[in-house]
Amino acid sequence: MSAIGAAFADEPAFVPYLAVGDPDADASVEYVRALERGGADVIELGLPFSEPIAEGPTIQDAVVRSLDGGMTPAAFFETVSRLDVDVPLVCMTYYNLIYQFGRRTSGDPGPEAFVERAAEVGIDGFVVPDLPAEEAGPLRTACDEHDLDLIFIVAPTTRGERLERIMARVSGYVYVQARLGVTGARADVSTRTAASLDRLADWDVPKAVGFGITTGDHAREVVAAGADGVIVGSVLVDLIAEGNEAGDPVETVADRLEAKARELKQGALDGATSKTGVEADGGAGPETGAERESGTELGTETEVGGRTQAGTGTDAGTRPERK
Amino acid sequence: MSERRSRSEGTGRSRSESGSGSSTARRPGTYGDYGGQYVPEALMPAITELDDAYERYVRSNAGGFMDEFASRIADFGGRPTPLQYAEELSDRYDFDVYLKREDLLHGGAHKLNNALGQCLLAKYMGKERIVAETGAGQHGTATAMAAAHLGLDCEIYMGTRDIRRQRPNVFRMRLNGAEVNPVTAGRGTLKEAISETMRDWATTVEDTHYVIGSVVGPHPFPAMVRDFQRVIADEIREQSEEKFDSLPSSVVACAGGGSNTMGAFAAFAGDAENGDAATDTADTADGADTSAVGLFAVEAGGSSLSVDEDRGVAPNSASLSTGSEGVLHGARTKLLQDGHGQIMESHSISSGLDYAGVGPELAHLVDTGRVQAVSVDDDRALEAFHRLSQNEGIIPALETAHAIAWLDDADPEAVGDRVVVNVSGRGDKDLESALEETAKRDLDIAPDMDVFDAEAMTNGSSDIDVEDESR
Repeated sequence: MSAIGAAFADEPAFVPYLAVGDPDADASVEYVRALERGGADVIELGLPFSEPIAEGPTIQDAVVRSLDGGMTPAAFFETVSRLDVDVPLVCMTYYNLIYQFGRRTSGDPGPEAFVERAAEVGIDGFVVPDLPAEEAGPLRTACDEHDLDLIFIVAPTTRGERLERIMARVSGYVYVQARLGVTGARADVSTRTAASLDRLADWDVPKAVGFGITTGDHAREVVAAGADGVIVGSVLVDLIAEGNEAGDPVETVADRLEAKARELKQGALDGATSKTGVEADGGAGPETGAERESGTELGTETEVGGRTQAGTGTDAGTRPERK
Repeated sequence: MSERRSRSEGTGRSRSESGSGSSTARRPGTYGDYGGQYVPEALMPAITELDDAYERYVRSNAGGFMDEFASRIADFGGRPTPLQYAEELSDRYDFDVYLKREDLLHGGAHKLNNALGQCLLAKYMGKERIVAETGAGQHGTATAMAAAHLGLDCEIYMGTRDIRRQRPNVFRMRLNGAEVNPVTAGRGTLKEAISETMRDWATTVEDTHYVIGSVVGPHPFPAMVRDFQRVIADEIREQSEEKFDSLPSSVVACAGGGSNTMGAFAAFAGDAENGDAATDTADTADGADTSAVGLFAVEAGGSSLSVDEDRGVAPNSASLSTGSEGVLHGARTKLLQDGHGQIMESHSISSGLDYAGVGPELAHLVDTGRVQAVSVDDDRALEAFHRLSQNEGIIPALETAHAIAWLDDADPEAVGDRVVVNVSGRGDKDLESALEETAKRDLDIAPDMDVFDAEAMTNGSSDIDVEDESR
């Protein structure tokens, strides 16, 4: 099983996102550590692109801050190579940066050089929001060559043949887009999430739900509805932006990220409990959950099952099958 | 991946991009290395639906769709537009110049051809709401008019900088009942407006159609927009036969995204789309050799063709002449980008040309040599704006002024004896910015505007210094 697959194996996974270089690379290193301490099972690292068409205002602003701070693909890889965390890392970016990296480094445009470099610095997989399955052949091939996973987004509008086509190419986990539209913190969980999860129920691949998940309560609901994990970006990026605005020290912002991560991880764990009927639905609010020690302990277990097994991850890239 | 592209021109695409299970499937909407469908998954079902509707209604005229389009673009739009012999320009050069008067189309630009076609298609598809981006405001106004004409709700995204540059068009959109949503990201021009419209569409895709304004974006947009604009080239062909009993020797059009360009070239360029049987072979049924018609795409050279990589700024919009291959807004095409692949901020005196990308088919036609890409800078475009206004009595859009200005560079040997210039739009929308830009420059041809000063004096503003020597 790949490192990413292992991260989902025992319990619902918490998958935070942040834009690397927001507001600078050193801060990102600290924030990634904080997310790991808070219970992250996989971390999505955003490499900022100037035209982030799938992102809402929060992450658009983070992209601007990161690019203004001088972030480049080369600097991104350098930053990732400095990370000393034990959770699998997923690079989230747009296709043009992947494609041009080849031209810049080897004179040959295409994803191969980018994937090779990513593998060197410890990236385990990719999410590329503007690359639908139809255009993903070269990147899929490069990922297979380097034993990396390629995660695809499945939207509420994805069904039938399209879903089959994605399942033929996806590995690691499926990113279940909770609602139509762009990324951004929301006040509630989309009612379309359950229907999307139902469509995927037959496939033996971890299903991680993202777009709008903001609280531990959301995480609990989504996992109770059948998700294997929750992806959370904008609310964390907001914490970074607010800290940045207020001039707070990196450590202070990191503490807030860690606390928020605990809340979200605990929500996911509570969702699994209510799903299996051990605990009545609605019994565990996010605040209660965030204070529980068990969140940390379970997070530690996941780390053991996560990156430490990455070296033996010969099964990265395995496509899901119908159960 | 480039080594896998050793595929001969015009054949089906068999690259490994199709992935497992369908490796030999033709990729629709590819033009050489360009085109494709690089969009978020949420939009893919809508794009597939649109592709089906495009095949059915536009290409196969199901339900008489194209007949209704032709009838509406004639009655509502005012087609056909004239092909006018330009006496002053013909005197100026060693060749005859004919002007294809798209500025006389309803709304004052070629944009209505596409906007009406897509709004009508949206109606056939049962969509109730239209979103569109606009740069110069011409596509926004055309879409607002078409939506009002067909009873569709309409929202237009427009960069804040363009809103300032193109105030009259903002008023017109509002008058036609459209919402205008300012886009503040980046420099607030067309690139950001397209990104923001895609975000809206990704949210509202189930009941909304995105009327993209040029031959850009994911398939089927480049092909579909070209097909709606193709009426320009078909008329040029027919009118040329009527007026001088042959095809034009050359067609010249300005190029930003490239919709008026592809519209003016479509009947002459041949079919560049891979995998399709050539529907427009060079030698057509009437025996005319369209391959002999020279095609010139005039880009905005801005203030300079060089780029400032550190600042991420290209002071031009000449992606055909100076850009490199990449992926933006749903398609692989030629782009203004830095070495990392970040999209650069483009610049042109003309909002409508101010875009860092270009249509994939046009990029391919330039690569194959069928279309020649040339450029004209801000200063010369402005000079041509004044010259056409004074000598021909036509105030052209600043976009069009680039095409007019390029005639000064045209080698008579290369362009031949009968040159058609596509007057893509009229300049009313540009009056404020043209006057402002003129004031910054020392242009001999520009009229003085002392009349305003004189009026100010009679109103008691005696401190204004009227320069007598200029008259």
